[in-house]
Amino acid sequence: MASQAADGGPLPPLVAFGRELRSRGLLVGTGRILTFADAVAALGLVDRDSLYWAGRVSMIGRREDLEAYDEAFDAWYRSLGVGEPELTIELQLPPPGEQPQEGSQDGLEVTAGLTAASWRGADEDEEPEPGDEAALRIVASAAEVLRSKSFADLSEEERARVARMIRELTLRVPRERTRRTHPHPKGAVFDVRRTLRRSLRTRGEPFERAWRSRRSRLRPLVLILDVSGSMAPYSRALLQFAFAGMAAGRRVEVFCFGTRLTRVTRTLRTRDPDRAMHEIGRAVADWEGGTRIGESLKTLLDGWSQRAALRGAVVVLCSDGLERGDPDLLRAQMARLRRLAHRVIWANPLKGSPRYEPLARGMAAALPSVDVFLSGHNLESLEHLGRVLGG
Amino acid sequence: MELPFSDVDSLQGLLGEHAYLADRGLATAIYLSLSLDKPLLLEGEAGVGKTEVAKVLSEMLGRRLIRLQCYEGIDASQALYEWNYSRQLIAVRAMDAAEAETHVEDLFGPEFLVERPLLAAIRAGDKAVLLVDELDRADDEFEAFLLEILSEFAVSIPEIGRVAAETPPAVIVTSNRTRELHDALKRRCLYHWIDHPDLDREVAVVRARSPHVSEALARDVALAVARLRELDLAKLPGVAETIDWANALAFLGAERLDPALAVDTLGTVVKDHEDQELVAAHFSEVVGDG
Repeated sequence: MASQAADGGPLPPLVAFGRELRSRGLLVGTGRILTFADAVAALGLVDRDSLYWAGRVSMIGRREDLEAYDEAFDAWYRSLGVGEPELTIELQLPPPGEQPQEGSQDGLEVTAGLTAASWRGADEDEEPEPGDEAALRIVASAAEVLRSKSFADLSEEERARVARMIRELTLRVPRERTRRTHPHPKGAVFDVRRTLRRSLRTRGEPFERAWRSRRSRLRPLVLILDVSGSMAPYSRALLQFAFAGMAAGRRVEVFCFGTRLTRVTRTLRTRDPDRAMHEIGRAVADWEGGTRIGESLKTLLDGWSQRAALRGAVVVLCSDGLERGDPDLLRAQMARLRRLAHRVIWANPLKGSPRYEPLARGMAAALPSVDVFLSGHNLESLEHLGRVLGG
Repeated sequence: MELPFSDVDSLQGLLGEHAYLADRGLATAIYLSLSLDKPLLLEGEAGVGKTEVAKVLSEMLGRRLIRLQCYEGIDASQALYEWNYSRQLIAVRAMDAAEAETHVEDLFGPEFLVERPLLAAIRAGDKAVLLVDELDRADDEFEAFLLEILSEFAVSIPEIGRVAAETPPAVIVTSNRTRELHDALKRRCLYHWIDHPDLDREVAVVRARSPHVSEALARDVALAVARLRELDLAKLPGVAETIDWANALAFLGAERLDPALAVDTLGTVVKDHEDQELVAAHFSEVVGDG
């Protein structure tokens, strides 16, 4: 059937449509284009509807791609020059990804630069005078100092060293038992199949019994990181943490939020963490936009509770809990998260200060649904986090 | 393979006769799947009628429906074939020592083979509709295994030999998207996302499935459900819930949907505690005058 389509005129435009989809970032291989050609040939007629559906069922495999497909289809169909009686009026929408506010791509770069500066941290004025204290510091192990120094106060050089240390942190995630079994000498399930096979060696006498036991696998780890203004340095440190987990081949999902939620797992999957950070800086639009934790969690739970590995996962949420939205919404969403996840860990850098009490309304609303509440503001507490994850 | 329809329109009509109202997109997808011999992967919210497609096809084509329900931990021996070990064990014990030496291969004859859905489907070929339900519940390894079966429709059982389908069965795969399926499998299949139907179609579906429900009641219920779906619920009610609700109301003797009855029967559509509270707060909007 494909050859029928191939001989005549229609094949080149069909292939062109497939290539157009590919150029828009959809996964359309040659196999799918061939299926499309077959589909058109099978339908036999080429009205707009048939072409639309033939292409959609044969070349699209994900709901997310449907919108892009519709756009591409419209453009392609118009390019075929099949005159349609009514004119479709095009709205001049800005291309996706562009910011509605004035600062466009350049503005974003600057914002990312600013947060990079906040890594270097704080007020130069507050640095202690070089004197007695500095001498003491030389005596103390440099690593010890680094371990307890807040991420917000690190110098550029220290930041790089800490990033390396974080990556070396052993990441322990609890295991869960799956329903699959595998042969195991001390298992609890009787393995009739292997027992029988073995009994053949002893003339059908099942002397040697075989067992199976249930397999276990690591629970998924989900990081939900607040990247709004003051939280950026801490979230970046946790991104390194996530990176370490991913490099170790663990199931890790990472989301960033400020005013809205962005999934950054794919970006983190590159080899180079610094480049990944840079990419995320570009992808996450609201590094400085304030915090809407409840809404962001809702987006996550609505869109991802079915798909991402939230069910039975260990969830680490890093935020100062200064919620701009409705605390009731946050309370409800945290309760939902708690029901889905295996453990919910909240890292709040403000907790690093001895005088801190979780009085912020958002934090107070969230706490009932949190299993472990810790600070996560320096390397020491991240090590603590690593231990808690294993528990 | 003779198909009882010649184009998408006649297929759509035929599905309608079997009380399944498919829109143009779904009908095209089914038509292409059957004409091109490609499995059809259906995704969509729970309760939009994914599984129903396979049932209706088997009815419409007069073929046997073979269902493989996937679950966590399912593996090849539960999906393809398994030896009947207990029977083998008894047979071995019944043989005397001399027999056992020479008759071991008899233990792996067809009478000891337990056929599971995939093997049944391969043997039945185009006399069957194979439904692989909720594939997302199985794990990656099983998906890879299924991909192999779907590409070949043949299997080699070492002790018996190769079993192959002359013509492949019609295959419907459904997924609720609890995880993303692999691209390799998707490339093998045609894909269709089933949306919630629009109001008129939903009324028609209720009427087709439950003819005893009056037109007025069906419209009331479909309208209320459409409003529920706009309410930002954690679990959106599907078409199956609409039908359940209409049936429950009709059973209670309702002619129209009134607020008191709606409160009493809400549990047939909204099945989550937080959602019920949310609906209670917006009740007058949901069950207003249409």
